[in-house]
Amino acid sequence: MYIVIAGGGQIGANLARSVHALGHEATLIEQRRGRFDRLEDEFEERIQLGDATEIHVLERAGLARPPDLVVAVTGDDEDNLIICQIAREHFGVGKVIARVNDPRNQHYFDLLGIMPTISATSIILAMIEHEVPEHGLVHLLELRQEELEIVEVQLDETSPSVGKRVDGLDLPPGSRLISVMRGGRASLAEGDTELRAGDQVLAVLERGKEDALRRVFLKS
Amino acid sequence: MKALVIGCGRVGSAVALELHRVGWEVTAVDENEAALSRLGDRWAGGFVVGHGMDLDVLGKAGIADADAVVVATDGDNTNLVIGQLAQKQFGIEATVVRVLDPARARLYSELGLWTISPTSTAITALTDAVQTFAEKAGAEA
Repeated sequence: MYIVIAGGGQIGANLARSVHALGHEATLIEQRRGRFDRLEDEFEERIQLGDATEIHVLERAGLARPPDLVVAVTGDDEDNLIICQIAREHFGVGKVIARVNDPRNQHYFDLLGIMPTISATSIILAMIEHEVPEHGLVHLLELRQEELEIVEVQLDETSPSVGKRVDGLDLPPGSRLISVMRGGRASLAEGDTELRAGDQVLAVLERGKEDALRRVFLKS
Repeated sequence: MKALVIGCGRVGSAVALELHRVGWEVTAVDENEAALSRLGDRWAGGFVVGHGMDLDVLGKAGIADADAVVVATDGDNTNLVIGQLAQKQFGIEATVVRVLDPARARLYSELGLWTISPTSTAITALTDAVQTFAEKAGAEA
């Protein structure tokens, strides 16, 4: 596979090393002269100096081939957006991945259809929510392209589903239970699994079904 | 008619003043409060301090009922992103975006965004000036 990675910071450089080790061809683009000089010894002809939002720089990095994948991981959200747009619209690249630095900018990526996106802040926040006891409903994973998400719900004594079997729940269409975690042990959710207070239930659901699922498991 | 001018530097402030002079209701947005001084002591339009990509700031500046938006911050990519927001989310047809890089200006205008590249304008004017001079010199020789 041919991959172009825009942004030679910690994320970009390590990504380039990893995909190279997996046997893929990758070109890194870095615009800061000092950073480029340090990376050039290691990456040699696999790194280009320049602003990856400039069309001629992208051409130099082989965008016209076009690559199978363009990954935009600079520290600037506007740049990441524009790199992905130019790759797709101008060079016909089929697949892009963008890094979101400031989660408040996620809206722009969604509006312009740039997906999938990765935000370290959002991932860590979900982990923190997951660690908080009695956390209600937490987003564990969002599969934007598939329009699915995986959530975790923590049940307490007030939950309307406590004491019911899984096949007796009035789950909204477009949702399914995956597993039940009880006393530190997880098991797949079967029809005859009876839910108890303290259970952590994993569910996969279509976009927009969250409120309906919340009503099944949590006191309103 | 309401106009929003995002980025109140040399270009943005002059555009804001001129639009205001010819009767537009203008609100300027800039992340730097000192930019307000570019509009003069008697500025009667609106001014909101904040980053042009911040949706709260744009909301406060009244983007929801703006008839025209001029995007002229010092970042081409920031301008392209804000311009697309004004066009796609708020449906403001009269969205004009300043893009210094002629290549990006051309590409985004092909994609349906109204871009203005001062660099392209300068290139054309300078080339024309030299050509005109050469023709005149040639005619005189």
